[in-house]
Amino acid sequence: MRSTKYIIGFAAVVCLVCGIVVAGSAESLKERQEINKQLDQKKKVLGVVSLYSAGEVVTPDEIDKRFADNIQAKLVDLSTGQYVDVPAEELATFDQRKARQDPARSQVAQANKAQVARVPNQALVYLKLTDGKVEKLVLPIEGKGLWSTLYGYIALESDTNTIAGITFYEHGETPGLGGEVDNPSWQKKWLERKAFDSQWKPKIDVKKGQAGSASEDPHNVDGLSGATITGRGVGYLVQFWLDDERFGAYLANFRNNSLQGGQG
Amino acid sequence: MAKNKEIILDPLFNNNPIAVQVLGICSALAVTTKLETSIVMSLAVIAVMMGSNIAVAAIRKFIPPSIRIIVQLTIIASLVIVTDQILKAFVYDISKQLSVFVGLIITNCIVMGRAEAFAMQNGTKASAADAIGNGFGYSIVLLVVGFFRELFGSGKLLGITVFPLVSEGGWYQPNGLMVLAPGAFFLIGIFIWILRWRRPALVTAD
Repeated sequence: MRSTKYIIGFAAVVCLVCGIVVAGSAESLKERQEINKQLDQKKKVLGVVSLYSAGEVVTPDEIDKRFADNIQAKLVDLSTGQYVDVPAEELATFDQRKARQDPARSQVAQANKAQVARVPNQALVYLKLTDGKVEKLVLPIEGKGLWSTLYGYIALESDTNTIAGITFYEHGETPGLGGEVDNPSWQKKWLERKAFDSQWKPKIDVKKGQAGSASEDPHNVDGLSGATITGRGVGYLVQFWLDDERFGAYLANFRNNSLQGGQG
Repeated sequence: MAKNKEIILDPLFNNNPIAVQVLGICSALAVTTKLETSIVMSLAVIAVMMGSNIAVAAIRKFIPPSIRIIVQLTIIASLVIVTDQILKAFVYDISKQLSVFVGLIITNCIVMGRAEAFAMQNGTKASAADAIGNGFGYSIVLLVVGFFRELFGSGKLLGITVFPLVSEGGWYQPNGLMVLAPGAFFLIGIFIWILRWRRPALVTAD
């Protein structure tokens, strides 16, 4: 039988050694992980405006270059729909999920079909610029699918109505069923469809079964077989973020050319 | 040395941790929808098991019996966190797909079972061999299940199309059961069935 002192001492030594190993690995790999995370985010933004296709092999530098050359990040105040001027460093580190959790920077959302609980006051959008003119707008979206919250981006053409792309960077839907939201061939079905009706109310929806072509059936997208609820969730969450209380005001300002706080 | 060989080979089929001992089923169902995640998960479990078996075997004579389980768990948990950090740093996409299941290696009964049942009584070399054997035993099942689930569930292998899908203009209608957890249950069941048919010694007498 070992003495109590020995047992406590042994436990302390084990904890110390394990603690050092864990802390050491976390600390030494932190930078790499942070870079990976940002790179992944950039790839998704580039992907949704068709500047990068999934599976394409490119160096991190190339991603950075494409991003810097074509994309401009902007912070939007959702209630006024205007750009907020912030220093570049703040823009680079703006974390919408943190902002949403912070009571000072977010609001409780009214009960909604997308099952979003809180909405941040400000959101980070990306502009795809060509020769200084905005060609596409990339808006962050999130909402409930079947099992999980889906996080992604939707891209609109500069008419703010035609959809230029959709992508999700994080979700926990069933691979092969709801997880098919990641399938590029399904994401392509969103292209050229119209997000709004003639009154600028969000109308785009995911239909159960097959939708017609973009010109005949502009407000419906094919459902995913075996994933009715995920599809419905995607429809709801896109509508939720495009309506008046979220990006609606900003998109209206963009159409009327009445945006301040940055060229646009 | 002959003994070590036996230690490595035995858990591959005769004493397979999943198919014979029915341990580690949870992760075998969860991460095997694709072959790629199965491979990475297998490597992660082998790495963790190697580390924990060697570490536990090295200090086995100093571990007070009254706190041995918690000591094993601390070592395993630390190794799992390190593995998770490495995956996040080097194979970010795959680590995103594996999500919580890397963390759940901590609760994989195989890892702790080997530490308690083998590494506590044996030297570091034998324990390392035991970890390799059991790790590969686990991997074989994961790879077989992952292979069939990805092939029949999404018509692909390692992301490369093998059967062109109907939805992409091909001829193959994917089997939805395969991508859900019950599909893995059936596959593991079939694996156990074949194993018992080939190795009748495993069948317990009624």
